[in-house]
Amino acid sequence: MSNLQLTAEGKLKHFLTIEGLSKNILTEILDTAESFVGNADQQIKKVPLLRGKTIVNLFFENSTRTRTTFELAAKRLSADVLSMSIATSSTSKGESLLDTIRNLEAMFVDMFVVRHAISGAAHFIAQQTAPHISVINAGDGQHAHPTQAMLDMFTIRQFKKDFSNLRVAIIGDILHSRVARSQIQALNTLGVAEVRVIAPKTLLPAHVETLGVSVSHNLTEGLQDIDVIIMLRLQRERMTSALLPSESEYFKCFGLTESKLKIAKPDAIVMHPGPINRGVEIDSKVADGAQSVILKQVSNGIAVRMAIMSMAMQPQGVY
Amino acid sequence: MSRIHIKQGRIIDPANDLDCVGSVYIANGKVISILVEPEGFIADKTIDAENKIVCPGFIDLSTRLREPGQSRKATFKSESIAAASAGITTLCLQPDTKPVIDTPAVAELIKELADKADYPQIYPIAALTQKLEGNELSSMLALKQAGCIAISNANKPVNNLLILRRAMEYAASHNLLLIFRPNDYWLGNKGCAHEGIVATRYGLPSIPDAAETIALDQCLELAELTGCKVHFGQISCKRSVIKIHQANKYGLNVTADVAMHQLHLTENDMIPFDSAYHVLPPLRTEADKQYLRQGLAGDIINCISSDHQPHDLDAKLGAFPETEPGISSLETLLPLMLRLVAQHAITLNQGIAALSQNPAKILGLNAGSLASGFPADICIFDPEIHWEINSDNWKSKGTNTPFWGQIMKGRVTHTLQSGRLIYQLS
Repeated sequence: MSNLQLTAEGKLKHFLTIEGLSKNILTEILDTAESFVGNADQQIKKVPLLRGKTIVNLFFENSTRTRTTFELAAKRLSADVLSMSIATSSTSKGESLLDTIRNLEAMFVDMFVVRHAISGAAHFIAQQTAPHISVINAGDGQHAHPTQAMLDMFTIRQFKKDFSNLRVAIIGDILHSRVARSQIQALNTLGVAEVRVIAPKTLLPAHVETLGVSVSHNLTEGLQDIDVIIMLRLQRERMTSALLPSESEYFKCFGLTESKLKIAKPDAIVMHPGPINRGVEIDSKVADGAQSVILKQVSNGIAVRMAIMSMAMQPQGVY
Repeated sequence: MSRIHIKQGRIIDPANDLDCVGSVYIANGKVISILVEPEGFIADKTIDAENKIVCPGFIDLSTRLREPGQSRKATFKSESIAAASAGITTLCLQPDTKPVIDTPAVAELIKELADKADYPQIYPIAALTQKLEGNELSSMLALKQAGCIAISNANKPVNNLLILRRAMEYAASHNLLLIFRPNDYWLGNKGCAHEGIVATRYGLPSIPDAAETIALDQCLELAELTGCKVHFGQISCKRSVIKIHQANKYGLNVTADVAMHQLHLTENDMIPFDSAYHVLPPLRTEADKQYLRQGLAGDIINCISSDHQPHDLDAKLGAFPETEPGISSLETLLPLMLRLVAQHAITLNQGIAALSQNPAKILGLNAGSLASGFPADICIFDPEIHWEINSDNWKSKGTNTPFWGQIMKGRVTHTLQSGRLIYQLS
């Protein structure tokens, strides 16, 4: 896996998963993103790094935030961007994933940004696509969402400076979460003191501890000594598939309220990859409160994605 | 029919406790003598088997040849050539063809296709329920009379235990063997990988081993209740081995097989998202693999099946969960068995018995032995030949094997089916 996304020289070629990437590469991404952060405040937001390059956002699954930030990131790098929502249209026309890719390749694309509902889809595209094309995984099934994880790392570093002493809690639907899987890998690679997952057993994958986390089924106990709280979105369909009894019971047990937040360290930050379900996993007062950095995550998304896109295009002679 | 003399081979015939160097004499499609030359025997053909092993032809309990219905994947012709080159002389065909083997007409069609492919020893397994839908019983007796060797619901679920009970009672009335692949459909939750550390890491929909063991438990209870003869197909986990062992200790007399790849591969061998490893039941853990090997050595698991499932390229081209499960596995059967022997998991005698004598006994076939009077279904192989799995050597239309490109040791040189030479290594 790691070989697929790196060039022979160890440079980023695709960005499919955090797994197999070194601390150095992750830090390089964060540092590069840092250099782009100022750009947003300037009159001219663009840098010419990817001028003349064509990037196609291929979204086989709906998304607003991720697609928008990828689009903005590409535009600020001066690339030409095309965003396609193929949520159901291609499959209903009977065209396979591979045919869609082949057709777009024929239009001289330089990079695919892919979101797909099936685990392994981005990996499959990276294997099949022409060698000059870079593939960025914008979320595949329950497998990985590495750019989200990196913007979360960026946000954590902004507020906490150093990873080494941090205790991070990830709360909610770990089982179905590609975000959580990528965050856990990134946090462990960057060397935090502890990653703790807090959820009922129905929302935890089997052998979750093998991912390098400690496990709690109780939010009150689990939040103790925590520096960073990451809430995950709870999908409505979890109730109909007998994973949870009701939203209200979930909120009672695992919803983050002001009083629960007090259990964590006083300077703890609250994060959420969005979209938020107010009153289901998080109380509005916390989501909009002083410790929340949720909107900061969104703005950081652009800089981090600019960094990853430009780094992945480096082997193609950019810079 | 021609008279054949196989000379100087090391004859291994587990059914008769035989392991010695000598000759096999064949006439009229049957073995007429072992070691001792019959009076006045003049061979039409002599096969020199020096430094080779001569054993009963292999009997495969679970195969898909993709006809009728999916000839783009494979055909009787292509797969029977592959089977012959692998020393396999009898194939049992799973009922999930298109259409399903649930009427005598389809069973007869299969016999016809087999004859046309010049490989008559293909036995259809009848569907347990109509269209394999798990609701209504198939016409089992008519299917048996049309040549079906056993009944099975393939990988499809039976909708409730009452239907399974009725089906087993009915099968028992006609002395039919039920081949049962234990899998609780609901617990399986449409998964594609073992519920273990690999599926967790890659976010793959997963199948716990309890999906197999619970279904196995239920079927054991029903075997006791109904008196139906049960053979468990392609078991994959440690606790299945334990449960079958216990059941037999209490006198239930059930049998089982394991797919060859389960004895060699685990979830840890999977190359991330490589669809060649997508197989059902899924590749499980090292502990499961070791128990399956021990079960085989201890005769708790009686047979090894190929669980051959050839696919076209498109079926395996996609994101892992979307690809079709299955491995094309006829041609790796012998070398992988020999690998088990080389790794001291089983003896050569046990390996050969698991591929010939034991399946013959379970199916009630007059085969799997080299005793005189038995049909001359014979495999001759050179245990020392190294060969590479590549497009020059591979015969099956399905190239979907995780062993592709690997060097195998041990190769079939001759295969005889009822005294007819159906394969010779060139």
